[in-house]
Amino acid sequence: MRFSQAWIVASKDFAMFTKKRNILYTIIIFPLMITGLLSGVTWYIQHKGSGSVSPAELTTLLPAFTFFYFILAAVIPTTIASYSIVGEKVEKSMEPLLATPTTDGEILLGKGVAAFVPAILAVLGTSALFMGLCDAFTVGKLGYYYFPNESSAVVLFLMVPLGVVVSVEWNVLVSSRVSDVRIAQQLGSLMVLPFAGIYVGGEIGLVPLGDTNDLLMIAAVLAFILLVMLYAVQAIFQRDAILTRWK
Amino acid sequence: MSFSVSEGEVFGFLGPNGAGKTTTVRMLCCLISKTSGEARIGDYDVGNDGDSLRIRKMIGVVPDNVGLYEALSAYKNLDIYGRLYGCPEPRRGENIQRTLTMLDLWDKRDAPAGTFSKGMKQKLAIARALIHEPQVLFMDEPTASLDPEAAKTVRDFILDLKKEKRTIFLNTHNLDEAQRICDRIAILNTKLMATGTPEDLERMVGSRKIVIKVERVSDVMLDAVQKRFPGAKISVDGVQFAVELPDAETKTPDIVQAVVQAGGRVHFAGVVGSTLEDTYLKLVRSEQ
Repeated sequence: MRFSQAWIVASKDFAMFTKKRNILYTIIIFPLMITGLLSGVTWYIQHKGSGSVSPAELTTLLPAFTFFYFILAAVIPTTIASYSIVGEKVEKSMEPLLATPTTDGEILLGKGVAAFVPAILAVLGTSALFMGLCDAFTVGKLGYYYFPNESSAVVLFLMVPLGVVVSVEWNVLVSSRVSDVRIAQQLGSLMVLPFAGIYVGGEIGLVPLGDTNDLLMIAAVLAFILLVMLYAVQAIFQRDAILTRWK
Repeated sequence: MSFSVSEGEVFGFLGPNGAGKTTTVRMLCCLISKTSGEARIGDYDVGNDGDSLRIRKMIGVVPDNVGLYEALSAYKNLDIYGRLYGCPEPRRGENIQRTLTMLDLWDKRDAPAGTFSKGMKQKLAIARALIHEPQVLFMDEPTASLDPEAAKTVRDFILDLKKEKRTIFLNTHNLDEAQRICDRIAILNTKLMATGTPEDLERMVGSRKIVIKVERVSDVMLDAVQKRFPGAKISVDGVQFAVELPDAETKTPDIVQAVVQAGGRVHFAGVVGSTLEDTYLKLVRSEQ
């Protein structure tokens, strides 16, 4: 496996993404909107809310908000990966790409990198902005900077990357079955449901999200799912299948 | 099927839709796996994982669908493939300039490929296949769906490549194109029906005839011809007659001489015979 070949495939996709407004919207505008919304709510409940929010309530709210970035990790690769693979199918550019001295694994890795890098940069970049703003808004009440902390580090540096990879894998599987970018995005976005389900489950007490150990347990489950899906993706991303059986 | 293509040869693969031309090319280009049999490109085995990358590095492929990155410029399209084929700078830049200039696309190098006409896209796909200077070029229906002018440009370019001694494997169902460009042709219809030069294939389904058009056909001149070539089969049709003979081209002057000596006035003499189309149709229909 030569990473240099995979990187050429990925850099080609990066060049394509700069020409696609909906991809730029997903990578830049959407995470900024989420960040603006979450930071705005944090600011609002401190300054304009009817009653004052206690420090204990704040320390419950902020990790929940951090978890939104985990959900974002499932959303962003949907647009990128579906365009990256279904886009090749629509433009019928997979055959000349497969004809180059590049292995199926290198192409798959390139596609994965192309979806992973913008998604992870978008999530980590906007989450850093969110944490900075929240610290500025809450330091007066808490008396200390809430971020960064152990659980947010686990969410952002372990769960988010795992979530992005799982989402990319899901989108590769979906993209192999459809030949329309929009349908791929719609089916790919179903990946948000289990991610959101973990959040909702945590809020209603079905899924333990209380401390770092709980988060590490979820990360371990995600890693297992990632490996199972990787096996499926490698099985489906074979040149014979791509050229003869993919729709 | 069993065939070989020599270095520097333009080899045509003729066959109807569904004959297996594209599948064969895809197998030879290591795009799909072969289920049985053996194939070699140069010194490398098709189907051997280790050789597969080497084969793909030494060949260029122009698929039936051009498959360009339409949002990217012509230059960027070629640059990406040059990098994938491991063509280093400055050679890559030089090759891009050379091929785009040869195909009359250099002035459009910064335009997105999606804005190109079909002919320009086809030329860009050919340029892409040549960016790493491959020894062998596989082309799948390179002029299909092109207007006559664009098709001629592509054909002329293939002939230029032939002068550069590149081996070209041309998939087509355009008989005229195959006849004009190819050194040898294989006719395929799920199995290999025939292989040979265009001339060999033309002769395959019937002998060639010398047609003589005269002022008036007389028994004297027919007897004179028959006497000169006792094995010849002569048929009369109005003011012309046909003489069926092996190696017809070389016998034409003798027949004309016999007719003139017998008092005939020759208006036209020429060799006609079965065409590549006759052979193709006969072979394909016999299989059906």
